[in-house]
Amino acid sequence: MTAVADSASGETRARGSFYFRYMVEPYLYLSPAIILIALVMLVPLAIGISYAFQAVNLLRPFQSGWVGFENFQALWSDRKFWLALTNTFWWTVGSITFQFFLGLGLALLLNTHFYGKRLVQALVFLPWAVPTFLSALTWAWLFNPTIGPLPHWLAALGILSEPFNILGDPNLAMWGPITANVWFGIPFFAITLLAALQSIPGELYEAAEIDGASPWQMFTKITLPFLAPMIAITVMLRTIWIANFADLIFVMTGGGPANSTQILSTYIFTTAFRKLDFGYASAIAVALLGLLLIYAAILLVLRRKLVKI
Amino acid sequence: MRTLRQSSPLMVTGKYLALAFYVIFALFPLYWLAKIAITPDKLIFTEGTALFPSRFTFENFQTVLLQTDFLAYFRNSLVVSVGTAAITTCIAAAAGYAFSRFDFYGKRLVIAVMLITQMFPLLMIIAPIYKIVAALGLLNSLTSLIIVYTAFNIPFATFLMQSFFDGIPKDLEEAGMIDGCTRFEALRKIILPLTLPGLGATLGFIFTAAWSELLFALMLINSNETMTFPVGLLTFVSKFSVDWGQMMAAGVLALVPSCLFFIFIQRYLVQGLTSGAVKG
Repeated sequence: MTAVADSASGETRARGSFYFRYMVEPYLYLSPAIILIALVMLVPLAIGISYAFQAVNLLRPFQSGWVGFENFQALWSDRKFWLALTNTFWWTVGSITFQFFLGLGLALLLNTHFYGKRLVQALVFLPWAVPTFLSALTWAWLFNPTIGPLPHWLAALGILSEPFNILGDPNLAMWGPITANVWFGIPFFAITLLAALQSIPGELYEAAEIDGASPWQMFTKITLPFLAPMIAITVMLRTIWIANFADLIFVMTGGGPANSTQILSTYIFTTAFRKLDFGYASAIAVALLGLLLIYAAILLVLRRKLVKI
Repeated sequence: MRTLRQSSPLMVTGKYLALAFYVIFALFPLYWLAKIAITPDKLIFTEGTALFPSRFTFENFQTVLLQTDFLAYFRNSLVVSVGTAAITTCIAAAAGYAFSRFDFYGKRLVIAVMLITQMFPLLMIIAPIYKIVAALGLLNSLTSLIIVYTAFNIPFATFLMQSFFDGIPKDLEEAGMIDGCTRFEALRKIILPLTLPGLGATLGFIFTAAWSELLFALMLINSNETMTFPVGLLTFVSKFSVDWGQMMAAGVLALVPSCLFFIFIQRYLVQGLTSGAVKG
């Protein structure tokens, strides 16, 4: 279109317009976003990484300065850090497994026809809209034997010996936030997988049906291969997101009892928020970032290998 | 359809049972929240764990609204969420438009940076943000929250807006530009009206996200006057941890705005994602 407009005004004008369209005009639209992201996220990120190598404690303002790898040495011998690392693993694996399979089940159900579908769809997606702090509080209350039914039900089923609050039991406490996280996260998987399911061409199923394929064969030979890319990307993004997700645990247990639900992200937050030890908090954060990068790199390599075959 | 082909009564029953399980699982915690909120205080300990209250009352809501600071928290959250949603949507619409319509030098870099901001632990910058905000003298101000939330939400909102712009044919604004509009006029008069549903959905997403944010608000706000709803509720819970009815009444109130927005956008959600997926 520019060619039409510019043909009359000669070559210089055309080159100026080209320059304008490729170098200037897009950035006019982008600059507010870029400036804000740079100032509020990238600059603090750089500062945050530098904090990991400094002593920055608001409670001890006169002992600040560069300390090299001292924070990381402290981290290496910090028993709470290794405990939090193990907990992060179980928290992430537990949450993502249940979220994914229940979400996939829901997406498959919603992809069929049934009475009242629109209403059901609206209702089952609702937990996703519930603010996280409220999900956390609600589930903490549900697990409270005074006002919540869950301990009584669990005791009636014989899972608990008596109705007590599992959030106060170091061996069981992690199941509380995981349950809340599963409840909160099913809709995400259901929405993304449902969208992917709906984009599978219907003719494939018709052809398979004519050829006499069983529903199970159709699921494994058509549905799963089509879903695979979406599954890979959502599981990867979700794993990173859940590993970083501190709200639920912070509100439900605060990392307790006896650090049994402390994951790395809640450890970062409590170190910064309660102890105001920004240097140490940043060192934990850098460690978490490193672990996530390794995880992402492994996944990308695996994906490349699998795609080749 | 394909799945109903040779569906036995057993399969159909199983399907409806499974659906019932999902619906009950999704709704039960919210039902419980509402149930305790309307149970009279006297009955909470005798029938706290009964499925239905034998009597109900709206006293708890009254107390929460009239005798506590929750109305102020509510107002603060509303200011922060509406401000964040409005500013983010404007900035993201511009950026999403640039991604959708221009091929330009550095495009891949900008997209990569935006993706990276979605990956790293946000808690990593909570300490630097605190120090910067403190140095600017903006602690305990809603403005600082709006600025921080806006930046956090821009990348996602930009990609969302880009997908909406991608769904509008380029010919429309090109036709307008041939007729003598500048690109910006074409954007304003032709494209924006068409993408109103997309703008609405983006507003809804960002509003909900800002409404739920807790950790940065906890860090940056500690005066009672500027507390947002999550911070206020958490403070209330740790101070008066036995006023179950009132806490849950406050919880129900916190739920209202997000649920309204959600009902408004939820049908649109799968459609939007699907059309994006079809186009690849």
